[in-house]
Amino acid sequence: MIGKRFDREFILGGKMNSSYTIDDTIAAISTPLGNSGISIIRISGERTFEIIEKIFKPAKASNRGEKTYTIKYGYIVDPLKNQKIDEVLVSFFVKPNTYTRENIAEINCHGGLIIAKEVMETVINNGARLAEPGEFTMRAFINGRVDLPQAEAVIDLINSKTTTARKASLKQLEGKLSGKIKEIRSNLVDVITDIEAAIDFPEYDIEEVSRKNIEERLRYCIVEIEKLSKTYFQGKILKEGIEVAIIGRPNVGKSSLLNALAKKEKAIITDIPGTTRDVIEEFLEIGGIAVKILDTAGLRETTDKIEIAGIEKSKQAIESAELVLFMFDGSEEINNEDKKIIEIIKDKKTIAIINKTDLELKLSLEEVEELLPHRRIIKISAMNEKGLGKIEEEIKELVFSNEINYDNEILITNLRHKRLIDEAKSSLEEAVKLVSNSISIDIVSVVITEATNKIGEITGDTAGEEVIRNIFSKFCIGK
Amino acid sequence: MEYFAGEYDIAIIGAGHAGCEAALASARMGCSTVLFSINLDSIANMPCNPSIGGTGKGHLVREIDALGGEMAKNTDKTFIQSRMLNVGKGPAVYSLRAQADRRSYQIEMKKTLEKQENLDIKQAEITEILVENGKIKAVKTHIGAIYEVNSVVVTTGTYLKGKIFIGDVNYESGPDGLFPAKMLSSCLINLGIKLMRFKTGTPARVSMKSIDFSKMEEQPGDEIIVPFSFDNEEINIKQVPCWLTYTNENTHNIIRENMHKAALFTGEITGVGPRYCPSIESKITRFADKERHQVFIEPMGLNTDEMYIQGMSTSLPEDIQLLMYRSIKGLEKVKIMRPAYAIEYDCIDPLQLNPSLELKSIKGLFFAGQINGSSGYEEAAAQGIIAGINSAQYVKQKDYIVLGRDQAYIGVLIDDLVTKGTNEPYRMMTSRAEHRLLLRQDNAEQRLIEKGYNLGLITQERYDRFLQKEGKIKAEIKRLEDTILAPTQRVNETLEREGTTIIKTGVKASDLIKRPEITYKTLKEIEGTESTLTRSEKEQVEIRIKYEGYINRQIQQAQQMSKLENKKIPEKIVYEEIKGLCMEAREKLELIRPISVGQATRISGVSPADISVLIIYLEQLSRKK
Repeated sequence: MIGKRFDREFILGGKMNSSYTIDDTIAAISTPLGNSGISIIRISGERTFEIIEKIFKPAKASNRGEKTYTIKYGYIVDPLKNQKIDEVLVSFFVKPNTYTRENIAEINCHGGLIIAKEVMETVINNGARLAEPGEFTMRAFINGRVDLPQAEAVIDLINSKTTTARKASLKQLEGKLSGKIKEIRSNLVDVITDIEAAIDFPEYDIEEVSRKNIEERLRYCIVEIEKLSKTYFQGKILKEGIEVAIIGRPNVGKSSLLNALAKKEKAIITDIPGTTRDVIEEFLEIGGIAVKILDTAGLRETTDKIEIAGIEKSKQAIESAELVLFMFDGSEEINNEDKKIIEIIKDKKTIAIINKTDLELKLSLEEVEELLPHRRIIKISAMNEKGLGKIEEEIKELVFSNEINYDNEILITNLRHKRLIDEAKSSLEEAVKLVSNSISIDIVSVVITEATNKIGEITGDTAGEEVIRNIFSKFCIGK
Repeated sequence: MEYFAGEYDIAIIGAGHAGCEAALASARMGCSTVLFSINLDSIANMPCNPSIGGTGKGHLVREIDALGGEMAKNTDKTFIQSRMLNVGKGPAVYSLRAQADRRSYQIEMKKTLEKQENLDIKQAEITEILVENGKIKAVKTHIGAIYEVNSVVVTTGTYLKGKIFIGDVNYESGPDGLFPAKMLSSCLINLGIKLMRFKTGTPARVSMKSIDFSKMEEQPGDEIIVPFSFDNEEINIKQVPCWLTYTNENTHNIIRENMHKAALFTGEITGVGPRYCPSIESKITRFADKERHQVFIEPMGLNTDEMYIQGMSTSLPEDIQLLMYRSIKGLEKVKIMRPAYAIEYDCIDPLQLNPSLELKSIKGLFFAGQINGSSGYEEAAAQGIIAGINSAQYVKQKDYIVLGRDQAYIGVLIDDLVTKGTNEPYRMMTSRAEHRLLLRQDNAEQRLIEKGYNLGLITQERYDRFLQKEGKIKAEIKRLEDTILAPTQRVNETLEREGTTIIKTGVKASDLIKRPEITYKTLKEIEGTESTLTRSEKEQVEIRIKYEGYINRQIQQAQQMSKLENKKIPEKIVYEEIKGLCMEAREKLELIRPISVGQATRISGVSPADISVLIIYLEQLSRKK
């Protein structure tokens, strides 16, 4: 993802993608691949209109040239073969007032993968380069159109899969996260100001802040930072969804459950092409959360090589899942195969699902409780679509059991932000330790400054001059 | 009348703190140097506080010493009181401050200049710098003498178009009643240099015998004197005290009632004053709630009755000054000898300079000191020595010396000036240094002496002494790391007495020193042996052991930053050509023309995105080659 490119190393020139250029023209299909009604191909760069000129035949011959914020109707034509590809609308955005600050054209063509791909190919063949993921935003960023947190939020916006996640992204754009971060930072700058004023102007009657006072103020900031850091789990779920793995021995009804859930809820994407058949992924939206359900291959002992590979994949899926739905066949007694699989998942957050309750119950619930102690047990009939609501409730509870109300709060959804915040927190914890261990104040101040600059990195602020400005506005000093 | 008066490698214009260091450095580096001053009796004058050092400033003085400069030595020769400030706040911010005998300081500095080989001192006002084809040709005095030179260092302090304000009276003048330099400003403008107008001020000097010290708090010097110069291990003198008193409500009322008469508030003064050196009228306006302000009474020297009233600089008329001072405890009968005044002067926008302090547009023309928008004797001297060194390097066609922000406060000072510019007289503060734990005043010699030695500013003898000292320090640290102390009763009794936890197994001596409660001295007590180290050697052992972890951490951070410092930007870069730079960044980069990407990151208005773009561009350039 593009976000990775913008990490500190990138900005500081540590690790750089050397193939990267910034003055050519890029293009990408900017709508998700799938069966949508239309697809949009976006082109940005110096040669945008030159390319459009070559491949786009407006319906009205007089309708040539480009005016910003206009849409023209016509055809995409392969200039080499002189062959019509699709009937399209082309939107024109003339620089600099565009998303990337470059010339942009958007081709609205008919939906469906094949047509969009053909249009895209024509664009590429006539002088554009396939854009890297998020490269439009990167250009917007490089051209000064958006700042770093904004750029990251836009990227998250692009990647967000559900409406709730979209809300979190939008809030961040509006600067609520920035606001909260700035608030914490300014508290820290105040602490540094008090320390530094006494250090830099020792001759003057500046009241020296006590170590206790510093400690209290640092602790307050730590609490605030912790709150922010905790939102990351929710933020991540809102952005990336939660991964739920359905596992169990063959023929307990895993696929039926998946199908039943998919039928009840809106399936977002079905069968992503190219993914392995051994683990089928399904995106569902449950209570506004994207849920990625992994239907794993049945787990059993086998010598079949292909099956072994499949089982390996299932184990990986279990590893990455936040929640495991462990399925039993209610119409049969628990056997050794069940027990072996339970071994694999015993540390995971698990819900026991007893399927086939439409048939006679032969399985011992006591035994399930013994094998999976303190886990919720839900009885369902996947075939009759019964008990599905309980599973959904469980998933929702898992996400929202945290005391923070996700809708009103500021969320950290970006890994870089999370990392910086956690680093700041550990610096502050160190500072608290130093303060209470009577380590000299010059070092304490350096450590608090480190934390402040970490937080400032999110919003692009550094302490330096701000502290000095504060010293002069807060204290009366000078000869 | 014009006449050819001689040839020198380098001319220094102005013999204040910057000019003296510049002249000594270039002469000591073997360049024939001529130093001009409007009045030879004003060499190394302190027209404000008779004091050297303080926070950040004390660090600068020690760095100047480590580079082979004179300020520290001259202070050691002439101080009358010395204090180490911030003891208890940690070694990184310990700051040495000394009251100097103002007149002795001048005499001693003049003597040093006079004795210096390769250096001539002349009383003259330089009115013109003659430039031909972008290169320095000569300087011309007010009486028409022309000195042909290859390089010039301008160190004119607050003399350029100096104008003094006392109430509604104002007149052209340099500081301390000296003549201003009226001509050079227009020459600089003609050379295409952008000037700014700054303001500063100074309080009155009053007669000692008119002060009642019994009503004031005495502020004595330190019992153990730490000399400024690393070359002096110990100095013992009889110190004189300073005195502390306070303003009161009555003082504030007098000022408020007469505020309209202050030049600062009548709109007469257009120059920008420093925030850290506000006049008393600014203080009571901006901090109206404060019931009293400190006033320090400092002696101007041993052979004078004049006392300096620190904390009460003003632009009020003289009669109001007298009323105001007399409202203060102990000053009821005070007599003014020299009234307080505000002074306005021309300085250059330092963004026009390279980090070598050379003007970007004219080769061989250097600027240092208050003319660069800084304030303070120490800041001036620090720039002076660098400008002097680089002027000599220019003459010798050698690489310029630029100190990094992780190497010296001098580096921070100059980088701030030439990269960020300044909109007020710039004062050094420890909070400006991001690698503060590395830039301690105690280790300035360790950081910089090799540079001074390589330049020929540090004698072989002194350098050998330094190496010997380093050897002793390192050996002692090694010994402490190798010494295991057993948990004997004697050891634990001492530990308990110092308020730290006792040991149950053997512990490395160095680990004990790392405890906040334990000093090197206590450790030696535990060991029961006398140390053969000197005071400063002991100090080094203790600091280096105690703060090792934090120091190493800052070294790492500094190394990370130096990656960008080492990414040099070609001198002929065309910012117009770089696509993707935002307009503001392009303009700023074009104006400041940073020498490295590191410097570019510190320019305001240049965002991380611009830096990415710049890095990418430089990468592309280097690939094309």
